Formats: sequence, structure tokens, C-alpha cells
Amino acid sequence: MPAPAQRRIIFQHIDEPGYSNDLACYVKHGGYEVMKRAYARPPAELVEEVKKSGLRGRGGAGFPCGVKWSLLDRKSGKPIYLVVNADESEPGTFKDRYIMHQDPHQLIEGIMITCFANNVKQAYIYIRGEFPHGARILEKAIAEARAANFVGPNVLGSGYGCEIYVHRGAGAYICGEETGLIESLEGKRPYPRIKPPYFPAVLGLYQCPTIVNNVETLCHVKYIAEVGGEAFARIGTPNNTGTRILCVSGHVQKPGYYEFEVGKITMGQLLNEVCGGPLPGRTFKAVIPGGSSAKILKFGERFKGKRKVGTEMVDYDWAVEDVPMDFDSLGMIGTMGGSGGVIVMDDTVNMVEALANINAFYAHESCGQCTPCREGSLWMKKISSRMVHGDARPEDGQLLKSVADQIAGRTICAFGEACAWPTQSYVAKFGDEFKGYADAKKTAQPAATTLV
Amino acid sequence: MNLTPATLSRIDEVIPHYPTKRSATLPLLHLIQEEVGYISNEAIEWVAAKLELQPINVYEVVTFYPMFRQKPIGRRHIKVCRTLSCALLGGYKTCASFEKEFNTHLGEVSPDGEVTVEFVECLASCGTAPVVMIDDELHEKVDAAKAKQLSDQIKAEAKARK
Amino acid sequence: MIAPAKPELVTVNIDGKEIAVPKGMNVIEAARQVGVDVPHYCYHPKLTIVGNCRMCLIEMGMPAVDPATKAPVMDPATGKQKINWIPRPQIGCATNASAGLHIRTQTPQVKDCREGVMEFLLINHPLDCPICDQAGECKLQEQSTGYGRGYSRFIEQKNVKPKRTLLGPRVMLDDERCILCSRCIRFAKEIAKDDVLGFIDRGSYSTLTCYPGKKLENNYSLNTVDICPVGALTSTDFRFKMRVWFLKQTNSIDPESSVGANTVAWSREGVIYRLTPRRNDEVNDTWMADSGRVLYKAVTAADRLTAVKVNGADSALDIAVHAAGELFKSAAGAVAIVGSGRSSVEEQFLTKKLATALSASTHLVSRVGPGDKILVSADRNPNVRGALVTGLIPALPAAQLTALGAAIDAGKVKTIISVGEDLFAAGLNATQLAKVAVVYLGTQANATSEAAKVVLPTLTVFEKSGTFVNQQFRLQKFLKVVPGASGATDDLVVLAKLVAATGGTVPSDLNPLWKVLAAEVPALGPVTFANLPETGLLLDATPWAALPFVEGETLHFKPAAQPAAVTA
Repeated sequence: MPAPAQRRIIFQHIDEPGYSNDLACYVKHGGYEVMKRAYARPPAELVEEVKKSGLRGRGGAGFPCGVKWSLLDRKSGKPIYLVVNADESEPGTFKDRYIMHQDPHQLIEGIMITCFANNVKQAYIYIRGEFPHGARILEKAIAEARAANFVGPNVLGSGYGCEIYVHRGAGAYICGEETGLIESLEGKRPYPRIKPPYFPAVLGLYQCPTIVNNVETLCHVKYIAEVGGEAFARIGTPNNTGTRILCVSGHVQKPGYYEFEVGKITMGQLLNEVCGGPLPGRTFKAVIPGGSSAKILKFGERFKGKRKVGTEMVDYDWAVEDVPMDFDSLGMIGTMGGSGGVIVMDDTVNMVEALANINAFYAHESCGQCTPCREGSLWMKKISSRMVHGDARPEDGQLLKSVADQIAGRTICAFGEACAWPTQSYVAKFGDEFKGYADAKKTAQPAATTLV
Repeated sequence: MNLTPATLSRIDEVIPHYPTKRSATLPLLHLIQEEVGYISNEAIEWVAAKLELQPINVYEVVTFYPMFRQKPIGRRHIKVCRTLSCALLGGYKTCASFEKEFNTHLGEVSPDGEVTVEFVECLASCGTAPVVMIDDELHEKVDAAKAKQLSDQIKAEAKARK
Repeated sequence: MIAPAKPELVTVNIDGKEIAVPKGMNVIEAARQVGVDVPHYCYHPKLTIVGNCRMCLIEMGMPAVDPATKAPVMDPATGKQKINWIPRPQIGCATNASAGLHIRTQTPQVKDCREGVMEFLLINHPLDCPICDQAGECKLQEQSTGYGRGYSRFIEQKNVKPKRTLLGPRVMLDDERCILCSRCIRFAKEIAKDDVLGFIDRGSYSTLTCYPGKKLENNYSLNTVDICPVGALTSTDFRFKMRVWFLKQTNSIDPESSVGANTVAWSREGVIYRLTPRRNDEVNDTWMADSGRVLYKAVTAADRLTAVKVNGADSALDIAVHAAGELFKSAAGAVAIVGSGRSSVEEQFLTKKLATALSASTHLVSRVGPGDKILVSADRNPNVRGALVTGLIPALPAAQLTALGAAIDAGKVKTIISVGEDLFAAGLNATQLAKVAVVYLGTQANATSEAAKVVLPTLTVFEKSGTFVNQQFRLQKFLKVVPGASGATDDLVVLAKLVAATGGTVPSDLNPLWKVLAAEVPALGPVTFANLPETGLLLDATPWAALPFVEGETLHFKPAAQPAAVTA
């Protein structure tokens, strides 16, 4: 079956020749018209639209956005904050970069609609430190929007006021975790908070109710305000609504970002047709479907089970290539859609070395607050690095898995899973490579590409 | 601390963006590092006093975030992405090229004082791997050849300056 | 006594045992109440909850209800309400009691969690307990016996961190032993209000440190040593002096101020090695000041009085008491007693008896300094209230012994009995002292003991038992830690002998003495020494409510009225 065409909603103008990131261009393309209409509606109606849309967060966890908003403590009497998670730090993910660099007003419009809907008077965009230009572009765009009265003390003359400030991170993956981000924004070490009691919707930024939403998610909110929740829900597939930006990197002919209706394209269509297939003379070996922490998929493995289609339960028997790229399908086969970062590895890659690369990342990024993640992530790095650079033992794969098993599910935040899942899945699916790595190193040619 | 009036005015502008002064820790550190090049203990104490914090509060933050440096670096900062997507497409070779071109080792200032080459984790441009940031500029698809070309450019600029 | 407000109680189920606990109590504390130990490192009852060590992971469940009707869902197998167990383990320290909460602490999953955390904590921790000073009171060592693997699977290089860093004059840090629980950081910030400790760097390389150029030198620094669960923070005074398992623990009271922090004295073979705080939630929580921890050194200090003296020559107790009796007779009607706010209630009572027998005027030396708002109050005498309760003095002592000085000048006082007080320091001058004969009872030498006609060496607070009444009017007891120094005699014995020299009779043993106390001192009516609770007993303070006490606010104490101006 041929791959469906891209449906560009968020990326409608990305890479469009002549489309610039200034206000004039945005307004020329109909910018801020949706916001003007939204501000004429009761805020609760906008929340309702988002609930009806079925929009799921695009940052990684896929939590329904409308539900997140409805958990907000609106009776506390404290100010409500919106924090925009623009930390884009999951390896393999690079969608928000393009939104912020090329179409910042789309994000600002989404923010201002979200703030109005939730009675937020102050929003912060937490942008990763590695995007210095992005931060400047956003600051300029906010200043333009403020000058045009789209942001500020009396937005569009409505009497409603809301300010947006840009806050730069400084190189920490953990700031993508929403409570770590909040701590960072408060000027502290970004140690994720324990939940309970510190759910952002109740005790978030400055102990006030707080919404933390991803950049892409907020752009979808703008679109939902434009077309309505029901229309949005008709895009994509049930429970996996709207479009999704898939970021493809690694060993494919045409890496890059592609926007599709969620669930309408399979992994095979994405990689073989849209991305032009493997590099010449090579074959696909493995793919990470949702950012580096997602469990790896091995080409050749099959997934069987029952799934709900409409009201019926039907059998499925999928190869990796057959899996639809949506939250639920990827969840069913034991991995996740995550942040939409698809990393492809071909037959030149040794999985021990790939894991050693990933483990080095997670050991570097563990905040060190809680024991299992702090000690386990570095231990896994040390084991896998030793396997590559020193003596590999046949039992190291099992040791790695055992360490990972002692981390997942026992930490303060989801980083525990993020650092354990790669090890658990690599060892489970490529166990022979781990067992035989010592021998492989003795006999095989050294890998052409160093990974660690 | 001898900060320029421009930096001082940006510092005073950013503090009221937040209901608590402590929130301005990262912005202040960024502003100071942009001007001075690194964060000294004097800077830590200055920020602490400015934000009514204890120095340890700022020190904890400075040492957590890899983007803050506690000692000077070379004139240009070459940051090569180390993480998986870039590594799959030759990031380690790219990094080695820069090290060789400037006769330096990771994290050190090159003998001519011109650059500091560092491995950094994911720069979120995986689709154009391998990527390198030189100061604030992102460079995409930096293979060994392009690394050489970028190095030559830095050397030429250095020569022109002298 | 005022009854505290009754908290709302909820029934929780811990390992199958039902118990009613205050709503909101965390699971570690609730489990403690049914005798179930939930191991933990970072949790401390008096600090904020951070949940970082993950040692207290438990299984948690709540009674199932139908989402639509809210009706209980019953389990047909047991006939009881079904419990929905959360698959992911939860931390006990941040799980609060609510009605119907079910907790399991003995399941394979919980055991596996604990074993996992133990292994992780040990991979970068030195495995050299035999040379670690914490051995014997190390939580890591203790939990290893239950949840340790017994061998190490870790064959990589351990992280290298700074060893033997002096954080301040009294606290030594070994970063390689630190398990990053952050108790010390939270203590410094939350209790001592001296935010100098923190973690630098990140991940497994995170390192506890004091800001460069700053020191952990506040007067509460040693509490970080007490609460450090491992051998990372040790006391420079105590480290490597004695293995803790050789030490005997005796309950005592910190005598440095009227706070009366509850303490434990650790001793072996008659030698005290350290003082640590003893938990009393009404007085000092789990803390004490560093300044109170060195007071045991008075026991063997160079200035310790160990020889009975009469007119400067060594003598024997009964001879000296007789000499004192002669002085009393020769100065009949002109004897004054300078009692002490450092004496115990029992001693003050006997001092009062002596005063009555001699028709002597009574005085007390005031000892005032700035309060620190934590556990050192403005009144540096531990037991001024005891002197009020026993009737030794009718009102608060004046700043100086001016009235006594005037009486000497007027020739109305010829002999002074000083109970451990240096009269020079308390405001009398050399001319005045030259006019009187001094009988000195005390532990340390000073100008007054030097000038005294009769010196009767007595015992430090660590060598005897007794009670103090703290600023809250809480009667608290301290126990004899070590035998009295050779040559010194129990104060009660000395006082009883002095009373006997006047022809009276009083008991000098605590138990019979308390019978008299209870009978004669109204505020002490129902008390006996033996039945006094370890956390003390609040006395009825009504008779003294109007007095202008000097104390300001400290932990668990708010003065009834504005404190009197402090004149140090």
C-alpha cells in the first residue's frame, strides 16, 4: 500500500520559500485570526473543544491535553501558570526546533489561546539552552506580538492580560521532565519533584497550579480552536487524533521531519517510501520509534495479539513495517510513540555499541537525585563502555538487564524508565550480540563508525 | 564584578520577569557568561547577592548545567553532538577531525588559544546529523571534510584578526 | 495541663494489621506503630520529605469502589471489600494515611526493591567498614544484613571523590561514603537556617560540599553528623576515639540553658566520649547545640576540684563539714547562701532546707546571654525555675549580687555558702569577699574556691542523677553517666551533711528525698523520681506566670509575655 500524503497542519509553512518568522508574514497568512475569534468565546468552551479533540501531548507521554487542563486547581485563588516545554531534549526529536525558528507566532498564538482558556496571566517558554537563536527569535516575536496587542496587559482590548517570557535552559535533559523543568525555572537544580504531592496542576510553579505543555501540543491547540474539537478528532485515528510530526534520523536515505495524520502511516511506509529506504547496499536492522528512550524494535520480529478496531476485537500479526505510527499501536507492541523521534539503525551497527552510546547519554543526564537512576545509569554506562573498550564477558548482557530491572518503576520521575528501557529491550532482542561480543571483537573488522 | 552597563541593564530588566528573584538565576548566569566567558566564584557570589540567595544556591546550579563553565575556554567553542543519531553518521570522526585540526583534546583550550572542542549531548537536529555548534551557530551534516572546511575558516579568521 | 487537639484518626492496614493513626501520618511512622520497620535513609521525621533514597518503597492499595455508583466492590473469595493494589511501588515517606489505606511491606517486590537500592548504594561506596568510624551505627551496614547481596557484581572502577574534607571546625566529610540523601543539606537550611551545604555536579558524580570559603560552623553543625545515615559526616571530636558498640548510653539533659535539650551521654568504663541529642518532640525534637556537646569535658578538666580543703590545706569531708559548721555558728544570723540555677531541683530543695536551718538569706546568680531562637535560650542557667518551684528564691535573680554586696558592706553577712558560683564573677569585689568566710561547694576551681575557707568538691551533672525544670516548667530528669571523680562527693550528700551540722536531718538519697519533696513542694505533688517520664512532665506554672522571664522564642517555646530586656 502506498504511503499516504503528508498532512501539514503544524508544519504548513515550514520550509515554504518566502515564509519568514516575523509578524507581518504570519498575519499575512491569516495569523492571530483564530485567537481573535477564540477571545470572543467563553474560556470554558475552549477547554471543552480541546477535550473533545482528544489531543494527546506531543512531548513524550501522550497524556490527553484536555484531561491535563481539567485537573487544574482553579479554586485555589492562586495564579495559574502556563509553562511551555520547549526543552526538546529526547534524542531523535527535532520538531519544536523548526516551529520555534521558522514559525514562532504560531506557538505564541497557541499559547495565548491556551492562557485565555485557562485564565493564565503569566506564561513562560522554557527553551533549551542549545537553541540560542530560537530564544532570540521567540523574544523578538513576543515583542512584535506585544506591540500589536496580541500579548500584554490588555490583549485585543479584551481587558484580559497575559505576559509571556522566554526562559533559557543550560544543557540538561532532565529539564524536559515537567517538575524538573519547574524547579529549573524556579532557579534550582532541576530535581524532579515527588508526585504526590507535587502534581503541577495543583502544586506547580511557585506552588501554584500550572499547566506544562509541549510546543507542538500548543500549536495543535491553536488549530483545534480554529476547526473545533470534533473536526480535529476526525483527523487521524480514534484515540490518536490529529497530525503528528515524525522526526526520522539515522540510517535512511532521506532523514527529516514529516507530518502525518496519526496512525495513518505505518513504520514501513515511513521508512521505505517517505524516507527512501536504507542507505545503498544496506538493510534495516532496528528502529527506535519514539525518541532514544523508547524500546527498540528489531526488523524481523513479529507482534501478535488482539486490538480494538471500532467496537470489534480483531487479531493482528505485524512485522515492524506493519505497525501504525500511533500512540496505542506502538504501546501495544511494547514500545511507545513518545516524542516522535524515529532513529533507524542498519546492519552496520553493532547493538552493544549503540547501547553504549545511549547509556552514556543517560548516565550523563541523570540528575542524581534518586538512587536507582543515579547509580544504575552510570553502572550501565560503565558496563557497556567496558564491553566496547575493554573486556566483554558473556554474562554482561544479563547483568545489564538486571541493573535496568532494578531501576524502572522505582524512581522519582520517568527518567528511570527512559534509561532502563533501552538496555532492557536491546538485551532482550539482541541478546546474542551481547553474549558473543567478545568473540565478535576478536574476529570481526572494527566497525566503520565509532559509536562510543 | 565589572559588568558592562548593557549587561547590568539586561540583568535589571530580567529579574522582574519572575515573582521570586531566585528564578532569575539561569538568566543572570547566561548574561554574565555571554559577557565574561565563564562563571567565576566572584560571579557566583555577585549573582547570589543580587538575587538575595546564598552562594551555595548558585554554585549548585552552575555545576549542574554543562553549558556553564567555571574556567575560560578558547576563543571559539566547538560543540560536537555525541548522541546516537549523530554518532551513527560519523559524529565521533567529526569530533576527531576538529581535535586534529587544532591539535587539541576534548575539553581543553587548543595550544593557539583559538578553540575549545567539546562533545555535547543531543543538539536536537538529528535529521541533519552529524551536527556541530560553533558558538551560537549550528552547522549541519558536518562530516570530516566539512569539519576541515570549518576549521580552515576559523583559522583564516584568526589570521585575519592578527 | 492543656490537652492537645485530638487529630482525626483513620484506620489503615499494614501487613494485615489494622491500626488507627492520625490522618496524613506517613507510612514509615504508621508502620512503626504496629512494629513494622520500613527501612529508609533520606526520610527524617523532622525534615522535609524528598523521597530520594527509594529505600522505603512499599506496595500500596486502596479499597475498590465502583466508579459509577461509588459502592464498595466486594471480593467474593474473602467477603471483604476488594483492594486495588497499585502495581508500581510507592515510597512510604510520601504516602500519607487515609481511610482504608492498605500497605504491604513484606512482599517479594518490596524485598527486591530494597535489595536493588542496597546494591546501588554500595557500588560506589567503599566496602571498608572495619576502618570506618560509622561502623556499628551505620544504616547502610545495618540494612546490608537484611537486604545486601553479600558479594558484589560491580567490577568497574568506583567513582573517586574527595576524602577527609573539613566542612567546619567540628565536622569532617568523606564524600565517597556519602549516599546523597540530603539530610544534612535540609538540616542546615531548614533548622539551622545556615544554608551553606549543597550538591555540586550531577548524576552519580554529585558531591556534597560547602560553598568554597564558607564553613559549616554554626552552633548546630554536629546535628548533621547525628543524622548522616552513613559515615560521610563524622565529628572531629569523636571520630576514631571509640567503637560505638562499646559505649553505654545514659539519658541526660543539656545544662547549657533553660531549654533543657534531652541528650544521651555515651560512656565506657567511666569515661564519657560524646553527647548526642535524644528525641523529645516537645522540647528539642532530635537536635541539640554543638556548645552543649562539649560540656562533658568538665568531668576530667584540669580545673576540676578533687580535694576537700580547709583553710587551703587538704582535709577530709567530715572534718571540712565540721569546720563549716563552726563557721555557721560563729556567724549565726549572718550567713548567706548563694544557690545555683545549675543545681538540680533536689539540690535546690536541700539548699533551701539549709538556708532555713541557718536563717540564711538566699541568692541566685543570674546567667543571661543572647538566645539563638533554636535551642539555646537567653537564660543560661538550666534550672532557675527549679529554684522558684522549691522556694529557694521567691523571685527571679537580679543581674548581679548587689544586695548581697550591700549586706556584706553593712556587716550583716559574715559567712557565705556558695553552691558552685564564683562570687567575683557574680559581682562581689575583693574587699567584700575579704570580709566574709566562704564555704564553697563545686566542681571546678575559680577565684572564689581559691579564697574559700572550706572547699567541698561535688559532682558534675554527668556524675549524679536529678531533675531540672526547663523554661516550659517541664520537669526533666538526668541520670548518672559515670562514677563521681575521686575526692568529690554527691552534692546531695554534702548538703545533707551541712544540714546535719546545723542539727537537722534530711535524706540524701533521691527516692526518700522525693517523698519529702512531693509532700512539701506543692507543684511536685504527684511526682516520684522513678515515675517521671523520659520526656519530662509539665508542672503547673500558674504561681510564676507573672514573672518577667528573660527567654525569648525558641524551638517549641513561646514566652507567655514579652521577654525582659536581656542584659548580658
